[in-house]
Amino acid sequence: MSFASECDSLALAELSSLAQNATATDVERALRRAQGDRLGATDFAALISPVASQATYLEAMARRSHDLTVKHFGRVMRFFAPLYLSNECINVCKYCGFSRDNPILRVTLTVDQVVTEARYLREQGFRHILLVAGEHPHFVSDNYLRECVARLHPEWPSISLEVGPLETGQYAPIVGAGGEGLVVYQETYDRAVYDAMHVSGPKRDFDWRLETPERAYAAGFKRLGIGALLGLAPWRNEAIALAAHAKYLLKKCWMAQLTISAPRLRPAAGEFEPLVNMSDRELVQFVCALRIAFPEVGLVLSTRESAKLRDHLIPLGITLMSAGSHTEPGGYTGQGKEKLHVTKGGRMVKPDLPMIQSEGEHATVQFKIADERSPAEVAARLQQLKYEPIWKDWEGALNEA
Amino acid sequence: MTDKPPKLRIANRDFNSRLIMGTGKFASGEIMVSALEASGAELVTVALRRADLSGQHDKFANILTFIDAKKYVLLPNTSGARNAGEACRLARLGREATGSTWLKLEIHPDPRYLLPDGVETLKAAEVLVKEGFTVLPYINADPVLAKRLEDAGCATVMPLGSPIGSARGIETRASIEIIIEQATVPVVVDAGLGAPSHAAEAMEMGADAVLVNTAIAVATDPERMAEAFKGAVTAGRAAYEIGLAVKRKEADATSPLTGFLNEP
Repeated sequence: MSFASECDSLALAELSSLAQNATATDVERALRRAQGDRLGATDFAALISPVASQATYLEAMARRSHDLTVKHFGRVMRFFAPLYLSNECINVCKYCGFSRDNPILRVTLTVDQVVTEARYLREQGFRHILLVAGEHPHFVSDNYLRECVARLHPEWPSISLEVGPLETGQYAPIVGAGGEGLVVYQETYDRAVYDAMHVSGPKRDFDWRLETPERAYAAGFKRLGIGALLGLAPWRNEAIALAAHAKYLLKKCWMAQLTISAPRLRPAAGEFEPLVNMSDRELVQFVCALRIAFPEVGLVLSTRESAKLRDHLIPLGITLMSAGSHTEPGGYTGQGKEKLHVTKGGRMVKPDLPMIQSEGEHATVQFKIADERSPAEVAARLQQLKYEPIWKDWEGALNEA
Repeated sequence: MTDKPPKLRIANRDFNSRLIMGTGKFASGEIMVSALEASGAELVTVALRRADLSGQHDKFANILTFIDAKKYVLLPNTSGARNAGEACRLARLGREATGSTWLKLEIHPDPRYLLPDGVETLKAAEVLVKEGFTVLPYINADPVLAKRLEDAGCATVMPLGSPIGSARGIETRASIEIIIEQATVPVVVDAGLGAPSHAAEAMEMGADAVLVNTAIAVATDPERMAEAFKGAVTAGRAAYEIGLAVKRKEADATSPLTGFLNEP
């Protein structure tokens, strides 16, 4: 059994309908239960309903979310930094800047270049790193990933990856080299939308992607990150499915620390417009509902959101933040710029001069970030808000075989 | 007047305070320091995973620099370890980095409730005691496991009152009573003590000490809450030493069955 085989038999459609149509009574019942008991799936549905977004309910949810977060995690915020290894990709995905047919400047960093980029992040204070890459079995092979992890392991207490899904047998050596966490967003849990968004490439296989966290866990990863890219399908439906996925993983992968992300779609190459919009109010509602339903799960907030919104989300349930991020390979120290190219029909082509001039001499970003503050600035802001920024909360020795 | 009450003795060290403090979840190092001070604690536990074990004085992993080694006995802990192997590795690194051979052994493979794995804990304790560590293991309130750990040479046993951070108080009372009754090493009630009254309750039951973290760290005023716990621990211990009144269900003024013996 896997979540892929189980999810179609769950009453997700009924729950989504409840999330749309919950009454004040439903919301109040869920809020009462949230004072001490575990929430059921119908309670969660009520908390993400339009009714629950009313000011009084939302404030009550925010308070409960805050209290639960402080109780379980303390007045602290863990920091991490993404490091993009490559923006090559063999998938054609309508919303992604790295999509195969986008005429963008691409590069895959050498392992030495990855180490150089990582050292820069280390100097900023980061001790938890997330290695990100497009899906490309040739440029971003499992061996390459293992080598990156092995080289970074002595200097990095915690290394996670967000890369194209692999087999359990391919993950295991990466774990052996010191990999601790694996992040994979389903993007959308709506099969029809998923099918329409992922035009070609291995990513078209919905179930293969959905089963990735379970394969990663079987290989020994200790942290699993899941999420939905908000802007593709109605967010309440995504929330219902994401919560069901989280609940399943908490039982099945019981030794893993689970984290959930709720990234909203950002402007990127390809000029994709979100199919559905999610307001700030709705994002706040979603974060609070997740916290109340899953008090011990890590909630991640990236630089996709603005500084102002991020500051307000800090006390509402977030436990992990990135800061000062670049979403292009070589973005921190300019590594790899001598090898920038365009990929056409699987071949690397030298970019023309006007393109370099318009893009600048660096690889193209996956998406534009919104909070451009430096890590030190974000850390200082946290301290003002009476939160301790935590850079190191893991030890590499825990990741050795 | 009775004799001066005995101090808490763990391994070969005496402690005036029976409140052991944790150092996680505080809003800043400074707030933590003031709470430690106010608590009167002498033994302080620190998660090794948050400390710099590289020996490079990492200013981004500086939790140890806040703890004055002259004032406090450092009790590094293995939080994050999911099995005996990981715990032993972390313990050895911690000993090198901190110079402390004291160790709060905690192995919780389940990151949600952080409940301790008794099997792995016993395995690790057997190894670490032989390597010269003073081992204080965090365990579920399991009286048999407590005896096994004692036999393995642990310096204390530390049963939980309820899950870490839950503030639910002593939900394992019946088992902790058995552990206290049978123990030849100090029993430290660790985890779940959300209010000073919970700490007092543990001390009244005869626990030798309590370990508190979340309830103090996330209080609106951690310094005053630390003081409150300090008072509760002292009060609970005094009551235990003096001896509590035996509880009765009803008033019992006459002796209907044996009263005739007193009749003239």
